[in-house]
Amino acid sequence: MSQAVEFRNVSFATSVTPQGRLLLDGISLTLEEGTTTAILGRSGSGKTTLLRTVNRMLEPTNGDVLVRGENIRGANLIQLRRGIGYVIQETGLFPHFNVERNVGLVLEAQGQPRADRIRRSHELLATVGLDPAPFAQRFPHQLSGGQRQRVGLARALAAEPKILLMDEPFGALDPLTRAEMQDMLRDLMARLKKTVLLVTHDLDEALFLAHRIVLLDQGKLIANLAPREFVASRQPEIVSYIQAFHRGERSATPEATK
Amino acid sequence: MSEFFSQFGGEIAELTLEHLWLTGAAMLFAALIAIPAGIWLTRSPAWAKPVLGLANILQTIPSLAMFGFLLPLPWLGDRAARIAIVALTAYALLPILRNTYTGIRAIDPSVVEVARALGLTDWQLLVKVQLPLAASFILAGLRTATVTCVGIATIAAAVGAGGLGELIFRGVASVDNRLVLAGAVPAALLALVADAALGLIERWCKVPTARVAHP
Repeated sequence: MSQAVEFRNVSFATSVTPQGRLLLDGISLTLEEGTTTAILGRSGSGKTTLLRTVNRMLEPTNGDVLVRGENIRGANLIQLRRGIGYVIQETGLFPHFNVERNVGLVLEAQGQPRADRIRRSHELLATVGLDPAPFAQRFPHQLSGGQRQRVGLARALAAEPKILLMDEPFGALDPLTRAEMQDMLRDLMARLKKTVLLVTHDLDEALFLAHRIVLLDQGKLIANLAPREFVASRQPEIVSYIQAFHRGERSATPEATK
Repeated sequence: MSEFFSQFGGEIAELTLEHLWLTGAAMLFAALIAIPAGIWLTRSPAWAKPVLGLANILQTIPSLAMFGFLLPLPWLGDRAARIAIVALTAYALLPILRNTYTGIRAIDPSVVEVARALGLTDWQLLVKVQLPLAASFILAGLRTATVTCVGIATIAAAVGAGGLGELIFRGVASVDNRLVLAGAVPAALLALVADAALGLIERWCKVPTARVAHP
């Protein structure tokens, strides 16, 4: 397997104080092509910051990010970004465009003819489980939260990127919709073989979707393990993270109430 | 009454056209200056405060004084219409500038973030995303500016620039209320029509945001 993304000793500091606050502290990490990597960690641990260095929405203060073996520091920004899909919790759908145009916007920016864009966006809507017949002409405000995320995902896939960045894509959805989206995403990733970097707060989601699980704490990489190793780990940070997750379930079991 | 109109009807029409020309030219110049300037301010926010402050100060100069200030300037002072257009342009700047700036800044940051992350160029971001989403704000600014300028343009007659103010000034000087009304009523109507027309376009540009989930 080849490397889709490589972080080499990546640090990122804010410039608020003279020394800056270190949001990322010497992260080294490799994402193998075609795999999904989930990043876990508490809020402010640097998950989103790390994700945003891949498409240069943020430039690392130190260290390098390599995409498919190439250092992106000198890369053409527009070309780099068009080759990387981006999905966020707020979806960021364009409220003034219908679904079809939202999905095809990257192709529009590349100057592809209208007929091709429409064909491709209908194809993609079907891929993410939305029937183009009613949905292509709708506007974002006419969609439910889950439908909006599907459109956001279709849009991210439009230019056939090899890499997909997802920042808490399903964080705002109810558990049932979220489960549907996770099923859809898992099927899709098995077929499309994209390299996915997924930021999430949801341990179950990470275990369900990812091949590798990365835990960050205060900008440092604490663990980088396969899901099976992650749940079996005796490392204190991992144990306390997992315990924090299933407290409700434990306290509601009959033994716990005795 | 019909006698009055047969005597002054032609002049009223002519002065209304002149009024429209002064205001229209000023609005065109103001839009050409203020919309790009407003866009620039959103990209260099450090300048926003001083530039908006300056436009604000322009706005507070009494209109009669503004016309007076411009009168002795070379080239400008040669023609009254030039003075009027420059003064009206200055008054129109602030509403357009402020609304362009606020309109673009008010766009949901996640929309702009995704547009950048998907690889839109600065220009594509501006014309495909920011301007359409800020359009109703910008039009509201144009509307405010137009209504203000239609009113202020009546004072341009004081420096001999013509327009409907001429009838008002003449009416005041000769204590003839009919003449005052012959200038004031068309001016008010112009303002109302401009307000309504631009209001319609503004509504048409508004982006739907209501969250209605479909079953």
